Amino acid sequence: MAELKHIDSHDMGLHDEQLVGRTQEVFFSAEEGESFTYPDAFDVDFDRAAEFDAADMAINDINLKIRQLMGDGYGDITVRNPGAKHSLGVGILNRLNLTFDGSLGYFGIGLIDGPNVHVTGRVGWSCAENMMAGTVVIEKNAGSTFGAAIRGGDLVCKGDVGSRTGIDQKGGTIIVGGRTGAFSGFMMQRGRMVILGDAGANLGDSMYDGTIFVGGKIAGLGVDAVEGEMTELDAHWLEKKLAMYGLEAPNGVANMTKIVAGKQLWNYDNLEPTEKKLVL
Amino acid sequence: MVENAKQSINKYLESEGLDTDREKDIGQHIGYRYDVNLVPDYSRLTPFLQKYIDVMGWQDLNWLEDVHMGYEEGRPAVFDRNINGWVTVPENIELPDNQQDRDMIARELLIKFQMSQRHPMVELKEAYAKF
Repeated sequence: MAELKHIDSHDMGLHDEQLVGRTQEVFFSAEEGESFTYPDAFDVDFDRAAEFDAADMAINDINLKIRQLMGDGYGDITVRNPGAKHSLGVGILNRLNLTFDGSLGYFGIGLIDGPNVHVTGRVGWSCAENMMAGTVVIEKNAGSTFGAAIRGGDLVCKGDVGSRTGIDQKGGTIIVGGRTGAFSGFMMQRGRMVILGDAGANLGDSMYDGTIFVGGKIAGLGVDAVEGEMTELDAHWLEKKLAMYGLEAPNGVANMTKIVAGKQLWNYDNLEPTEKKLVL
Repeated sequence: MVENAKQSINKYLESEGLDTDREKDIGQHIGYRYDVNLVPDYSRLTPFLQKYIDVMGWQDLNWLEDVHMGYEEGRPAVFDRNINGWVTVPENIELPDNQQDRDMIARELLIKFQMSQRHPMVELKEAYAKF
């Protein structure tokens, strides 16, 4: 079994006793030197650009090629002819400008932490699943479970998306320029979803927390999703965020509908049967 | 349009935050201990955070919009998703009197912690990484 050999983190106060309860207690020095990237991240330069043609390459080779170019210091990479292959651009934990000139298949750009990704075409199911940080902009349409379990960053689709957008969303911002399908925001826990067009049935079903803004019509709300009140801060944030991606609310941000959790499902397991019936 | 509701900024530092009958029954606060839906006030952005945004090639706080100063076991703390644990804010840091400024401090501290060579993930990766 592997062992932890170093004691550096002990110096920062990481306790090595058996963890109990919900809290891992860590103290650290706020006087740490300035570093803005992960310790093992590639040192890339945004001004160094590279591109390659992926038409005849296997999925694994394309991802390895991106990694190799990052290792060589390229901070601006363009992949031509991705051919809607699955699982492209996944697991990038680095600052990087990455462009896919074409469309992606299933599970594209998943598990990323940091890069700015631009897709000129469409994407299949589960794009940017478990995204941690960075920006992803899709110029056309996206399939179902767009941004599933996203935890951070901005995920933008300028066209329409399928059902279950942002299912299990735990953070970050999902922006849909067009319409979104049924059960969007299903089991959302936090983060923000901005839908400029219409939203399908059961929007925000079983959402625990988080915020959904809708510019068009809502076919129906899910269990425990209720209308909230827009704040000045919300409106300013929306205007700034949409402007970043060249988008506008059809009737102005002040007229968007804000959906939040009714919080009746909180601590659901401990509700009495009659209380559960009332909520559902 | 409404202003953000105000509650005692030190609620979870000064009490256990047990408000409802159910919370009192189970002895535990239900839900987050801070407003997860509070979006950042960019007029309070710090120079350090602006520098981080520039380095990453972003236009706003990006994932840090979801980082807030929390209150764990009566102490101010920030949650590090990479270790799935709370990082306690050093006692020598004076807390501002509003949540927006506290959140900016939490974001700075989290960046410094996550990007440090002494972050626990560095050791874990060395011990367990397969490639």
